[in-house]
Amino acid sequence: MTVTAKNLVWGAQRKTIVNNVSLDVAEGETLGLIGPNGSGKSSLLRLLSGLRAPLSGRVEILGQDIARVSRKTLARQLAFVQQNATTDTNVSVRDVVRLGRTPHRSALAGWTAADEAAVSAALERVEMAGRRAQAWQTLSGGERQRVHIARALAQSPRVMFLDEPTNHLDIHHQIEILRMVRRLDVTSVVALHDLNLAATFCDRIVVLQAGAVVACGTPAGVLTPPLLRDVFQVEAEVTFEPQTARPHIRFRAA
Amino acid sequence: MDADTKQCGASGLALFLGLVMILLVVAVAFAAAIGDYRIDVGTVFLAVTNGLGLTSADIPPIEQSVVWDLRLSRALVAALAGAGLAICGAILQALLRNALAEPFVLGVSAGASTGAVAVIVLGIGAGSLSLSMGAFAGAFAAFALVALLSNGATSGPNHTILAGVAASQLFNALTSYVVTTSGNAQQARDVMFWLLGSFGGVRWPDFQLLVIVVAIGLVICLLMARSLDAFTFGDEDAASLGVPVARIRLILFGVTALMTATIVSMVGTIGFVGLVVPHAARYIVGPLHLRLLPACAAVGAVFLVLADIASRVVAEQQTIPIGVVTALVGVPFFAIILYRARPQT
Repeated sequence: MTVTAKNLVWGAQRKTIVNNVSLDVAEGETLGLIGPNGSGKSSLLRLLSGLRAPLSGRVEILGQDIARVSRKTLARQLAFVQQNATTDTNVSVRDVVRLGRTPHRSALAGWTAADEAAVSAALERVEMAGRRAQAWQTLSGGERQRVHIARALAQSPRVMFLDEPTNHLDIHHQIEILRMVRRLDVTSVVALHDLNLAATFCDRIVVLQAGAVVACGTPAGVLTPPLLRDVFQVEAEVTFEPQTARPHIRFRAA
Repeated sequence: MDADTKQCGASGLALFLGLVMILLVVAVAFAAAIGDYRIDVGTVFLAVTNGLGLTSADIPPIEQSVVWDLRLSRALVAALAGAGLAICGAILQALLRNALAEPFVLGVSAGASTGAVAVIVLGIGAGSLSLSMGAFAGAFAAFALVALLSNGATSGPNHTILAGVAASQLFNALTSYVVTTSGNAQQARDVMFWLLGSFGGVRWPDFQLLVIVVAIGLVICLLMARSLDAFTFGDEDAASLGVPVARIRLILFGVTALMTATIVSMVGTIGFVGLVVPHAARYIVGPLHLRLLPACAAVGAVFLVLADIASRVVAEQQTIPIGVVTALVGVPFFAIILYRARPQT
């Protein structure tokens, strides 16, 4: 298993936000995290990536307990893509992607060929190579998200965590981003709002409700009308795509 | 290495720093030559080499003394203060992710003035405590309060800035209270003059202390320059890039507070350098801190030496407070940068 979480508990001010979550992610898998607002998706991602320490429970990534590994070592193995991270600083696309090399460089070390190769490859991967000199401020929302993913790729991670990477994007860019994430040869855990996108692009889906895992499995196994009624409080019809056998959800008005 | 970025590469940075350093030497030479008692540059040069023990040229003792004992130490302290304030400004702008951040945003200057006033007006320490030590103590008291209010600056940039605002208000109020209730007119004038900054009265011991503090500060900041870059998209993002955020922030806030408090305790609160110079330097060498910090130090040094010269020559027989000059020169310069860097969209 690439990522293993055991009995994670986290909360703030006496409110439990992540409640006894255990999960496994296999190598190369794309795992979707879905759940209503406030179900603990973002918090769980931060626990899994070590940005927050759990109150109890533990996370293992590539066989090591992340609480015992330095931030720098961790950042060479896993990357985290926030939703809508932005800046006022006047940086270029290339400057942003170069930041991804931070965990691989010592305080005063020069820029190596390996660093350059990682940055170039990452920019190619998200099809932003031609825009490397462009100012970050002038990019559209979808382009910014692609640059953030490029920066994460420049870390040369084996595992990637993405917190709602499709937020505020139009449908074309939502599909484009997720297709790209799916094709990457890294293990990824993606928090998603859109159930049909999750159904289309994830290998497996974990459903969170009030901080706890209520279902886990293939999209077809998890996204059933009773579960959708129970967790999301919607009436829905689930059909299956003829070619891929992936579920497709249609919501009913009443 | 940065062939395709807008900014020049390492050689370009070296060239820029070299030019600014030459400018600094020229500016210091002029600072030593210009004043009520004018001395020609050749004599200044000989006085400096005499002072260093390299030559024993025969120049009038009064000129030797004016150059070496008064003006050179003053110019070099001005250079170091400018360098230090500019570095602190750049660091705080990065850590607080706020373009308006400057060395005094965390209440250090307000605390220093309260400490100075306590010594000048109330006579705390009964002569054993100098104005500088009072100011230093006040500055650190203010910084400690800000650290306390913002849980060691872990509560996010805006929270930290608000804590700084609160501390500034508190200490400014204390200063005003002491001046209005206890001070006489002359003391009030002294305090105000000190608040606006002055290089009058600085001597070699001040230089020796400041050169150590600024050099150590610059080295520590340079070692953390890469980590500072990682703060571009915020604290959590820096953490995900492998930066030990809490430790770096604590060290850098501590270093900037120490540098600022030392500078303020010597020369008062010289505004605007720490705000303007980082923006100007960023405009020239780009936002990456390994390039930005040396550029800030060099530009800040030249800026304050020139401002000191201006403060002495503008009004005859008088010295204008240095803070007045930095603002008068700085604002138009800043306006140009703001205009040229305005968003294109």
